[in-house]
Amino acid sequence: MAKIFVLAEHRHGQLRDITFEMLTKARELAEKTNAELCAVILGKGIAEHAKALAEYAKIVMIVEDPKLENFNSEAYKKILTKLIAEHKPSLVMLGHTSYGVELAPRLATALNTPLTTDCIDIAFEGDTLAVTRQMYGGKVNVKATLRKAETYMVTVRQATFTPQKPEPPANGQIITVPSPLTEEITEKRFLQYVLPPPGGVDITAAEKLVGIGRGIKDQANMPLMEDLAKTLGAVLACSRPIVDKGWLPNDRQVGSSGKTVKPKLYLALGISGAFQHVLGMKSSDLIIAVNKDPKAPIFSFADYGVVEDLSKIVPSLKNKINEVKAQKT
Amino acid sequence: MDIVVCVKHVPETAEAELKIDSSGKTIDKAGLVFDINEWDDYALEEAVRIKEKLGGTVTAITIGPQDSESTLRKCLARGADKAIRLTDQKFEGSDAYATAKILHSVIKTLHYDLILLGAQAGDTGNAATGPILAELLGIPHATMVKKIELAQNVAKINRELEGGLEEQLEIRLPALFAVSTGINEPRYVSIMGIRKAMQKEIKVMTLADTGLTENDVGIAGSWLNIEKLYVPPVEKQAEFLKGTPDEIAAKILEIIKSKGLI
Repeated sequence: MAKIFVLAEHRHGQLRDITFEMLTKARELAEKTNAELCAVILGKGIAEHAKALAEYAKIVMIVEDPKLENFNSEAYKKILTKLIAEHKPSLVMLGHTSYGVELAPRLATALNTPLTTDCIDIAFEGDTLAVTRQMYGGKVNVKATLRKAETYMVTVRQATFTPQKPEPPANGQIITVPSPLTEEITEKRFLQYVLPPPGGVDITAAEKLVGIGRGIKDQANMPLMEDLAKTLGAVLACSRPIVDKGWLPNDRQVGSSGKTVKPKLYLALGISGAFQHVLGMKSSDLIIAVNKDPKAPIFSFADYGVVEDLSKIVPSLKNKINEVKAQKT
Repeated sequence: MDIVVCVKHVPETAEAELKIDSSGKTIDKAGLVFDINEWDDYALEEAVRIKEKLGGTVTAITIGPQDSESTLRKCLARGADKAIRLTDQKFEGSDAYATAKILHSVIKTLHYDLILLGAQAGDTGNAATGPILAELLGIPHATMVKKIELAQNVAKINRELEGGLEEQLEIRLPALFAVSTGINEPRYVSIMGIRKAMQKEIKVMTLADTGLTENDVGIAGSWLNIEKLYVPPVEKQAEFLKGTPDEIAAKILEIIKSKGLI
């Protein structure tokens, strides 16, 4: 029976959400293609993780090795090359995460296995693998197929599939695979984790956020944005380009490489809505977005949208809030 | 320190409204402004900074038609010493794998201590070309790199994980680093710099110069075959507020007030 491999991702003693998201999608594919779902986990001291995975997958392959205490793409590549060559799964799924993008392209090249990345949907059409992914920052979807092969590989976008535990649990068989690593990986060594410096402002605690993005154009517009936030009693947050430019410190960044926020109001100004940003703010109670591009992805997540130059809206909005506040006092 | 920087000439689409062209397999590029891929811009800047500190050379490489030379000119103006443009009709339709094979065919003939490129391209968003190239060259790599410190034969780098966390790795040189945006602050290029760069030679190479065959490149040499592009279906759409800017601002205020947020 063909297998579908899902590489479990974990860090700091915790299985990461993407693992269960992939297992859920993989179960659907396994049922449709009559394949066996197999979770693969590599690490040190991961017996508990293997048990958790066994609730989702028919087989759990576990490789334990002290040399796997921290993620190392070269160590993973060596082990997975061997496992994949031996079992010839029909599909190998990895997360489109920092670990996944470090590992998958190299692993696929070493195996000469067709790979595509950042998939938002995956289906077998006969023995061809068809995927949906995005281009141009999420403005365009692409339907594509992979070159025919015995084994395909994909990386899967985070928060795309909703994790669901099978009922009853899969009660999978845990198979211990001896580590084939004979020596330390010397060309690439983990040294330490580096935590972000503690910031002065906690955007996750704010009730109202004004989120600014690339669309504010010029650093000269920053005081206006700060004024609006202050008038509204909100905290200024932002998407990645604003931090890259150094206009706000990185503790203000919302999204996959920043913070996840859930304020009562998220006023998105000049934010196009790339999925990395949306991941961090889509659960906000009320989202109002201002953007010049009527097709900006942000409008699929916002409750209210304004297609207009924000330099025309912001001063007027600020004045109107001030008027209301003046009436109240 | 001899550094190779791989750059891509891409359309700026962050604020543009995109249309799919009649083939259904690509976007209509008319009216779009092209420039160096944003991530590659940071890689280029990092390369030039390292050269300024440690000496050596910077060679910029791109794959693309004649108009992608403007991106190479930018690299030369910024401080690259040499530029190579790989071009051939047969390269069209290359995915990350075929692209990496083309780059590999040339880079393997050069002397390098470091290869730098962006962690992804703004158009395709694969985030795969760098690690594939590293595997083909048989050198270590790191992606999503936020900081590079070089020592004798070794680099200490920080790479981004999720949620603001980073990991620090030690990597033996020669190595390939795919950098994240924000790793530095790319400098502006002076008019003088651009003028000087106009006189520098750009070496042009075609499929015949690479040692590859037709089957290695383009769609034939790719893993991924694009069937069609389409505008993402709208599952939920915001309620659009319309009117003059003043009227819109008033409507926003009403909504915020009605939720008791002022």
